[in-house]
Amino acid sequence: MDNTIISVSRLTKKYNGFIAVNDVSFTVNKGEVVAFLGPNGAGKTTTIKMLTTLLVPTTGSVHLNGSDVVSHQEAARRTFGIVFQDPSLDDELTAWENLEFHGVLYSVPKDIRRSRIEELMKFVELWDRKNALVKTFSGGMKRRLEIARGLLHHPKIFFLDEPTIGLDPQTRIHMWDYVVNLNKKEQITIFFTTHYIEEAEKVAQRIIVIDHGKIVAQGTPGELKIKTNSKTLEEAFLHFTGHAIRDEEASAVDHMRQRHRRWHH
Amino acid sequence: MKKQVQLTICGSAIAGGTINKMNTIYILWLRQLKRYLRSRSRIIGSLGQPILFLVAFGFGLGPTFQKAGQGNYIQFLVPGIVAMSVLFTAVFSGIEIIWDRQFGFLKETLVAPVPRSGIMIGRTLGGATVATIQGMIVFALSFFVGFRPSGWGNIGLAFIFMFLTAMLFTALGTAIASVLEDMQGFQLIMNFLIMPLFFLSGALFPLNNLPPVLKIITAIDPLSYGVDGMRGALEGISHFGLGTDFGVLSVMTLVILAIGSYLFSKIQL
Repeated sequence: MDNTIISVSRLTKKYNGFIAVNDVSFTVNKGEVVAFLGPNGAGKTTTIKMLTTLLVPTTGSVHLNGSDVVSHQEAARRTFGIVFQDPSLDDELTAWENLEFHGVLYSVPKDIRRSRIEELMKFVELWDRKNALVKTFSGGMKRRLEIARGLLHHPKIFFLDEPTIGLDPQTRIHMWDYVVNLNKKEQITIFFTTHYIEEAEKVAQRIIVIDHGKIVAQGTPGELKIKTNSKTLEEAFLHFTGHAIRDEEASAVDHMRQRHRRWHH
Repeated sequence: MKKQVQLTICGSAIAGGTINKMNTIYILWLRQLKRYLRSRSRIIGSLGQPILFLVAFGFGLGPTFQKAGQGNYIQFLVPGIVAMSVLFTAVFSGIEIIWDRQFGFLKETLVAPVPRSGIMIGRTLGGATVATIQGMIVFALSFFVGFRPSGWGNIGLAFIFMFLTAMLFTALGTAIASVLEDMQGFQLIMNFLIMPLFFLSGALFPLNNLPPVLKIITAIDPLSYGVDGMRGALEGISHFGLGTDFGVLSVMTLVILAIGSYLFSKIQL
């Protein structure tokens, strides 16, 4: 029995001459918790976008639970749940409506959907706020709701792209408790990115480090520390990726946010 | 025997696919409607312009129109102003995809295991429903400035034309929003597409006896057929004929819906 659930082979993405992801290959096993680390602009988000069908690779392939993300897009999409880097809820709908919307899109049958929504909203401790509009939620509450939403259709793989960014330590610890619990209880494969190296060290069974669009290291946190003769994973990370500070270019979306603010206020 | 089993599986997969698509369309339609009904300020705010136009043009140009032997201008103007609110609301509903992109919600719909065409159709139906409701509100308000339809029997027909116009321009807005990354092009669309569509549609003036160039332009403008259809239904006077109006609007809607679905299916983030 093949135990691979995510299989990435020679994945490359070029944007008019610029190579964001360069010939990346790796696999993830069923039930594994993998942290995908790298400095800003290293190619993390581009890779996750290709893994989750939001971006078509220039060359190379990705298989999720055996389904090719380009040629069998819908089957591939059914296998995963995702928490995006930026919020992706509808603020004008209630918490419950956001989950209901998701459940319908993923064709979860009505009776199962209702009980699953209740179960998950209790799990992330938002059941008493189910009829509140999402725009009244704090950042942490929105994140929890997004986690609940991503799990609604019983995905085999759970992608989390910087899920703890902007959250206070209490919420972060709490959030990882949910996720680790989930991995143990339901054997869900977890693939996440984060800037908090100590989170990766604590939660992940395996680390993949990407820089300048290439995989520069992978292994268990222990292995990486031994390999680089470092005391902490953070030191090992800096060993692989250097000390230079990286800047990300402001995206079109950032510009648009500003304009929208001016527009509405 | 084996073949039959396979066929049955195939059949149920197709039926499942159709139900899935219907549900997708329904939930996206419902979302648009809920968002609309919750934004009271938007509903009221977007009534300002049509009311202003009705009062300023209706009463301002009314006497001159009457003197020229064209009859009551309010009667003539109302279908045009209803079409205007439908046009504006519809295009904005379509363009809302840009806000979804900005607030991240678009990603949620784009990674869902459903055909993008279902999402596109659901959104368009939702936006068109909202625009039709807005048109009906303006229609109702026009009674306060003295408008009376020539016959009550054809109001249903006028609503059908409202909805067709709404479908066409919501689909257009969605198609445009699918290729725009942000709101930078918005002013451009407003000044070079929406405003000309409105002003060159015969919403404000009769289409007969126009200079040749304007005659051609108004005949190309799809909104002309929406205005004409509504005017035909409410006033009994139609320039192109109701059949032509209906045909042009339907065909244009299908074409733009197809283009929009294609562009929407190509969105990458």
